[in-house]
Amino acid sequence: MNATSHRFKQNAHDAIADEKLKKALSTMKVGFREKRAAAIAKLPEFEALRDAGRDLKNHVLENLDHYLARFEERVIEQGGHVHWCRDAEEARQTILRICRDKGAKTVTKGKSMIAEEIALNHFLEEKGIVPVETDLGEYIIQLRHEPPSHIIAPAIHVSKEMVADAFRETHKQYPADRPLGEPRQLLDEARDVLRGQFIQADVGITGANMLIAETGSTVIVTNEGNGDLTQLLPRTHIVLASIEKIVPTLDDACTVLRLLARSATGQEMSSYTTFSTGPRRPEDRDGPEEFHVVLLDNGRSGMLGTEFQDMLRCIRCAACMNHCPVYGSVGGHAYGWVYPGPMGSVLTPALIGIENAAPLPHASTLCGRCEQVCPMRIPLPKMLRHWREKEFERNLAPPRVRQAMRFYGWIATKPRLWRWYTAAAARVLAAWAGKRGRIASLPFAKEWTAVRDMPAPEGETFMQRYARERRGAR
Amino acid sequence: MSSDARTHILTRIRRSLGRGELPPAAQETLDARLAAPRPGIVPARAKGDRRELVERFVTMAEAAAASLDRIDGPDALPRVVAEWLARHNLAPEVVAAPDASLDVLEGRGTLTVKRGVAHPADQVSVTPCFAGVAETGTLVLVSGPETPTSLNFLPDNHVVVVRASQIVGGYEEMWAYLRDAGATPRTVNMITGPSRTGDIEQTIQLGAHGPRRLHIVLIDDEAA
Repeated sequence: MNATSHRFKQNAHDAIADEKLKKALSTMKVGFREKRAAAIAKLPEFEALRDAGRDLKNHVLENLDHYLARFEERVIEQGGHVHWCRDAEEARQTILRICRDKGAKTVTKGKSMIAEEIALNHFLEEKGIVPVETDLGEYIIQLRHEPPSHIIAPAIHVSKEMVADAFRETHKQYPADRPLGEPRQLLDEARDVLRGQFIQADVGITGANMLIAETGSTVIVTNEGNGDLTQLLPRTHIVLASIEKIVPTLDDACTVLRLLARSATGQEMSSYTTFSTGPRRPEDRDGPEEFHVVLLDNGRSGMLGTEFQDMLRCIRCAACMNHCPVYGSVGGHAYGWVYPGPMGSVLTPALIGIENAAPLPHASTLCGRCEQVCPMRIPLPKMLRHWREKEFERNLAPPRVRQAMRFYGWIATKPRLWRWYTAAAARVLAAWAGKRGRIASLPFAKEWTAVRDMPAPEGETFMQRYARERRGAR
Repeated sequence: MSSDARTHILTRIRRSLGRGELPPAAQETLDARLAAPRPGIVPARAKGDRRELVERFVTMAEAAAASLDRIDGPDALPRVVAEWLARHNLAPEVVAAPDASLDVLEGRGTLTVKRGVAHPADQVSVTPCFAGVAETGTLVLVSGPETPTSLNFLPDNHVVVVRASQIVGGYEEMWAYLRDAGATPRTVNMITGPSRTGDIEQTIQLGAHGPRRLHIVLIDDEAA
């Protein structure tokens, strides 16, 4: 998909004016934040598990080459195949080759952010293969021809009326006047339609929440059961996963599982956590005959050893966006690519280049809630600041911002001048604001004051006041 | 393409980490970690005596929206399954896993029992399980010729039979038993409550693609 991250400002502006979106995003407080808090309150070990999760993923990243090689050996031992792919194009071509080998006409898909990252659906359609999303949220946005706006609730921006419209337009096999006012009716219809697809599909593609080096297993964590039907019924199962999803052992996976669902949906455990190891065994009565793992790098190996390495600990729970005041106001589409919210603002520039995503590191108030809730203790605000520095170094910031920063850098290193200048500014601004104490319009910040007043200083600087009060105290 | 890409990715990882291939001693340490997996932090709620763990399993499974019947021995199984079906206005027809532990379903009572994989028209499945995990009320089912995975997902109603002696405290204990049992099965399903989705306006609906109802029959085989 074409990224519009460079237009974040305009996207955000449009999003804030969208009343329907505002209403949809308001469900996050109860739906995500309160449930998470309640689940964590029930597990006293949660903070210790966060430390363990961080240490585990750090250990994996330091030894990633070794664990990937061991994972590959185990998959092959179990009769599966591993395909290493440097970038999105290699991954798309690999999947196409497997599909063509199998003569596939339809593929069902479990929810996969990596599939979104490599824009797989669009590519398969171009090549004459019909991809069918089976996660309800993904199915809804596929019908609406739009990208996900949230990494675990892809259709969070869509109201039930909009879902009903999309279903009426697509599911012509049902009576036009059928009732579709309730979520239950919508779900039942989707379930009915997708049942047929599961059974017809030639290939099933799922993502992976984890890859286990000990056993060569891939793991999916879902609530609907669609991922399981996707990988169970077709003759070929393709797992699409990025390289940092490795954990060493099944025991290590338990640490991640104890963090994941609680952080994501506030469940103790998601309904289905499934470990898949190789194709069906000769004596099995069901299961896929072929098992392929497509391992995608797509820029991640280059993040190792940099200030962005910690981002590779991410387990895609979405807690950061669920708690982000910016995401909560503008939704996911404003971020302009696949990954929204704080994790997206850090990861997107790393994957598509800071020059294509320069505004994203600024799509944050640096309030720090994302880091507070991150189960893997990823220092997201720190990394957003790193991106801001890089953006500045590479001259990507707007000229006025650069001039202002240069002026600030100059004056902040001259204490006497600084004191004189700030004292003068405080007096002028206080006089300008008058009794109201607020300034309605500033000549050099018209855009900023267009939607809010600037609270004016009271007339003296902190240092002046400090000096005055110390004198008074004596 | 793939083998070039493999070399390229592994080389790039090493270069980014500022090293070459790990020295043999370091590789051995990592392989020893893989060969002898050790539990990390196991929550206190995964510990306790047998009775406590069984009760915790029941509480947690019900909290995850599973329903549960308790019986003293396998003989009562056909009766409680039939009663449960009647309570939900379901026909007395089930497809059951070929596993011998479910032979008891056949030939008595009113149930029509088919054995084998599930088909799309099947409304109710009955399966055994490998373990129950007290920590979160999670059932663990493994694939095999006697326990096909389709039974766990295709029918609208899934009845799982678990013996109290199969209930463990935490997930790690279950993995230890599974390793002892031999080769890793193709599929290990950890199931916690019925299928659900919140994808339409964050309203939780049960029965998205998998079973709408998950019913557990707990056989108290440890009762003294």
